[in-house]
Amino acid sequence: MRWAPATSGSSSDRSAERLVAGFSTGAGRPLQGRGGSPGFRFFLYAVVSIGFMILDQRFDWLERAHYILQAASYPVELAVGSPVEAWHWVQASFATRDSLEAENERLRTRLRGLELRSMRYDALAQQNAALIGLRNSLPPVADRWLPADIVNVQLNSLRQRVLIDRGSVNAVAAGQAVLDDDGVVGQTMHVGPWSAEVILITDPEHELPVEIERTGLRTIAVGAGDSTSLGLPYLPANADVHVGDVLVTSGLGGVFPPGYPVARVTEVHKDTVQPLAHVRAAPFAHLDTDAEVMLIWFRHDSPAAPLKERNGKLTTGDRSIQPLPVPPKPQAAATTSVVTAKRTATKPAGPKANAAQKAAAPSTKPPVHAPSKQPEQPPT
Amino acid sequence: MSGSSPRIAMLKTVVGALILTLLPLPSWLEIIRPGFLALTVLYWSIAAPRAGGITLGWICGLLLDAFEGPVLGEHALALAFLAYIGVREHQRIRSKPIFQQALIVLPLLAVYEGVLFAIDGWSGHALTTPLRWLPTVTGALVWPAAAAILARSYRPQT
Repeated sequence: MRWAPATSGSSSDRSAERLVAGFSTGAGRPLQGRGGSPGFRFFLYAVVSIGFMILDQRFDWLERAHYILQAASYPVELAVGSPVEAWHWVQASFATRDSLEAENERLRTRLRGLELRSMRYDALAQQNAALIGLRNSLPPVADRWLPADIVNVQLNSLRQRVLIDRGSVNAVAAGQAVLDDDGVVGQTMHVGPWSAEVILITDPEHELPVEIERTGLRTIAVGAGDSTSLGLPYLPANADVHVGDVLVTSGLGGVFPPGYPVARVTEVHKDTVQPLAHVRAAPFAHLDTDAEVMLIWFRHDSPAAPLKERNGKLTTGDRSIQPLPVPPKPQAAATTSVVTAKRTATKPAGPKANAAQKAAAPSTKPPVHAPSKQPEQPPT
Repeated sequence: MSGSSPRIAMLKTVVGALILTLLPLPSWLEIIRPGFLALTVLYWSIAAPRAGGITLGWICGLLLDAFEGPVLGEHALALAFLAYIGVREHQRIRSKPIFQQALIVLPLLAVYEGVLFAIDGWSGHALTTPLRWLPTVTGALVWPAAAAILARSYRPQT
């Protein structure tokens, strides 16, 4: 009788025996654990879990909990990733002199090229400002930047996320632009005190408003789930897009300012029976090999800064470059004024009457918006 | 390696499974990485239904939610459900030879993944690629080895 309470054993032994109920015997003993039957306990936990999910999904009450969890999980992730980090460090410290010199040379030539380009950029920016007619040249959009190390790649294998070692103590906020030296990488999602989760542009849930640089055609680039391609699923079959076209951010969406390079079109399929073209693009950023990325803060007084639509308000923009008030409407034809007078007259009668009037005379609406056009049938 | 209570062994194996879950791997290995925590929870709910069971599953799920997952509580619910099935059917599963157990583990893990899939879809983070079901298969494949290793972590004293 292996499972009979051992009289000679200590009490802890006996409790252990009770916990491991007949492991290899399959002996039938009803399960009477503390806290009710398994079904009841599962029901309780399920209710709590679903409550968590609803709170997390519908309300932002658990934002704080996410923050704390992010803080708590960061050391664990660092610790687990440390052997790999150590291996990289060893590899780097044993890199030969030759390879370092080669890299140095490569970087020097690259720097020279970039300097030449930025010289040209300054000239162009001034020229552009003059063309636009602004008195002083536009301030640069990027205000300051902060390099961040990627400490954990692919938090979830099929979602394209990385963890970086900068958090709210470095003034990182959710929805912040992340770039590398060749293009757009992604944006921050969950931010903890010392770490932040970055969703890459290739994540299937990430959608990035872009435009085709050559034509200015705006569309949306959606991640394809692997680190080397983006899809452009919303382009019509007759869209002007070719292999080799460069995609840049369009400035819509409130995260990236316009003009940052995103990807190059690699594949265009136009099927005559399909209403949409099948277009794929390869991102410029080295999403799978990057070890370091750049967090960018944008100057909010720059006209090119992305608009943050938090709380439904446009909080950015230069006050001095506000749009003009709507110009007064040109004097409309006599018929139109009659119609507007009639509409205003019927307004106090209530929404029902208004709706009935609209339904009865649908032709009275167009003249209001297009006063130059003659209405088909003159109103009474 | 026998502790005085299976709870200590449970804690050790859960930490081990968590490390295996978070370890950075090359991407092809990442895709087929089985859900080690799910296997551990399933093992303990079958082997020691009184000690761990549903509570263990729920806590492990919350741990997993802290590291990944779009909404808090997703893995907690799925793992509690997996543990519930394990506890309910522990006598039936336990009496089978180990390879037959692997055949039973496959649909159980599929149910677990199905719960995650449903919650992903409901919360608007749907991940529809068929690759997401790969860990289910690899999980069932590694079950014999995992169960053997987990069984070594705790042996009741006679």
